[in-house]
Amino acid sequence: MAYNLKEWTKRPERFTGGHRLCAGCGATPVVRTILRALKPEDHAVISCATSCLEVSSFLYPYTAWKDSFIHSAFENVAATISGVEATYNAKKRKGEKVDESKFIAFAGDGGTYDIGLQALSGAMERGHDMVYVCYDNGAYMNTGIQRSSSTPRFAATSTSPAGTVIPGKPQRNKDLTLIMMGHHIPYVAQTLPLGNFKDMSEKAEKAIYTKGAAFMNILAPCPRGWRYETSKLMDMAKLAVETCVWPLFEIIEGDLTLNYIPKNKLPVVDYLKPQGRFSHMFEKGNEWMLEEVQKQTDRQWEMLLKLNDMK
Amino acid sequence: MAIRDKLSGNEAVSIAMKQINPDVVAAYPITPSTEVPQYFSTYAADGLVDTEFVAVESEHSAMSACIGAQAAGGRSMTATSAQGLALMWEMLYIASSYRLPITMAVINRALSGPINIHCDHSDSMGARDSGWIQIYSENNQEAYDNFLQAVRIGEHPDIMLPVMDCFDGFITSHKVENIELLEDDVVKKFVGKYNPPYHLMDKKNPMSMGPLSLPMYYFEAKRQQAEVMKNTTKVILEVAAEFEKLTGRKYGLFEEYKMDDAEVAIVIINSTAGTAKEVVDKLRSQGVKAGLVKIRVFRPFPVEEIAKALSKCKAVAVMDRADSLNGAGGPLFTDVTSAMYGRADGVKMINYIYGLGGRDVKVDDIEVVYNELQSIVKTGKVKEVYNYLGVREGK
Repeated sequence: MAYNLKEWTKRPERFTGGHRLCAGCGATPVVRTILRALKPEDHAVISCATSCLEVSSFLYPYTAWKDSFIHSAFENVAATISGVEATYNAKKRKGEKVDESKFIAFAGDGGTYDIGLQALSGAMERGHDMVYVCYDNGAYMNTGIQRSSSTPRFAATSTSPAGTVIPGKPQRNKDLTLIMMGHHIPYVAQTLPLGNFKDMSEKAEKAIYTKGAAFMNILAPCPRGWRYETSKLMDMAKLAVETCVWPLFEIIEGDLTLNYIPKNKLPVVDYLKPQGRFSHMFEKGNEWMLEEVQKQTDRQWEMLLKLNDMK
Repeated sequence: MAIRDKLSGNEAVSIAMKQINPDVVAAYPITPSTEVPQYFSTYAADGLVDTEFVAVESEHSAMSACIGAQAAGGRSMTATSAQGLALMWEMLYIASSYRLPITMAVINRALSGPINIHCDHSDSMGARDSGWIQIYSENNQEAYDNFLQAVRIGEHPDIMLPVMDCFDGFITSHKVENIELLEDDVVKKFVGKYNPPYHLMDKKNPMSMGPLSLPMYYFEAKRQQAEVMKNTTKVILEVAAEFEKLTGRKYGLFEEYKMDDAEVAIVIINSTAGTAKEVVDKLRSQGVKAGLVKIRVFRPFPVEEIAKALSKCKAVAVMDRADSLNGAGGPLFTDVTSAMYGRADGVKMINYIYGLGGRDVKVDDIEVVYNELQSIVKTGKVKEVYNYLGVREGK
């Protein structure tokens, strides 16, 4: 069904209020938008890696999940949900009565880019009929903002502090979405909670209803870790897109399409400036850091433009 | 009619899996258990099973996939050894605390380091407190029989715990022996269907599994697990009795070999029991009142029963094919001695660590142990409690 915000918000809420996620957390709109893309009549089995999302949504004896849900550990959400999907397939093969179901995994960037990368890669390569959603807030927020391989270059975290010798995280973040492209799965997308949620909603619907393994990498701003004002979630998302720090694209059967090309690409400082984790980059003498990030963002964007033109 | 065949332990267990036709087998190759998923994948490829065979990218994912599969209401199985079991360690505890009756063949192999592919029990002994039921098998027949019974025990509605069927790497896993298999339909009838009351695939009754459980609730969850483990003994014996009716093969919590009037005895696990029985027979022919206890069920540990079985002995040697490196003795020894305490005081107890990393254990070695026991009976003195058998000692 064509996307219409008014119509889609009438769909039943599958992730209830009363959970313990922070005010302004980017994970909440991600989960609600993904689950809203399910047809209201479809049952889902959802698995979640240990994360802010998991500990905040399922604290015994309360659960915020209206569908079936399983959490087992940190690094294995892709393997756990692939086991669920395997049972579903076996029951169907045996001709047993089994409820139609969709299989969705959620994990943060720590549980995806780092400790969960092996299980994710394995599950995608095996081609389970599932959607893996990484809500990427660029650090281990659940344990107190430690750097991950998704943390952007120069960001200050509790294990990559902006010191007098080492100015924040020295390394660049991994490009996980393109790593997933290398898995030759039918659907890969990069998105974030933007505007009327059209981009994420449409991609979620494609991911869920494409047969086979699908992966979505979703930037989920974290006011605590990024140190910006709680109410500015949507502004942060917009800046990430307009500066090309987080481009919107999808890869269908290996073909990459940029979903949005800004007419006036904004300088990265517009994105960095409101975030406390980058404040040291704006100190006198650190101009080189801003230049470096601008250069690397431009190079990455140009590469995506080339891939976009290859079709 | 039972089927007579010549099979290796790995073949026998993979045939048991085929006959059970589980929903999911998720496994990763590791010597010496590799053959189990290998044989099974050929059954899947030839359409002899309906199982979804998931060739995962690690043992951690094998156990994780089994957890997902079983939580979804499916029957899941796997096999592993040594490092594979060690890599699963985190997930073993989660499987048992979620009360998921996964069945796993553990083909015993020494843990690294140094790396070694041969038999000892350091892998499964390391997992002894993970909340899994542990059953040990002396030979191919027992490996097969115990695997079938493991499914029934674990899935019993009062139990709902995962079960390991442990047998010796290479010695049992690769050695070909005569074996008696049940017919497919008899196996299917014996194991029945797995119909858990709650599972993830039930659209009408969605459920959440695996909560964060803080100090207010965690302790009660563990207490319930402990209680269930204690109650499994009864079910293990019921299932064994039913299996005996079907096959004529009798199983208990442990096997007592010539224990009625035994003065000296050893307690042992798995294939070396076969060697030791030879020695018992030889000693008996010489008039020595020797006996043997072979552990079948190690978790739960049959505390009362073991103490009773050994209470009339004068001296007992507990044989451990794994060292605890704790300055006190191997895992079986510390469990047996604590079982004896207050129940059968006064029996002289010694411990031998043997066969680590696949070191061969021969009749001569076992004779050394019985000789030492006889000398203890004669002198009333224990020279050394914590001993090593068949190792080169440095200066």
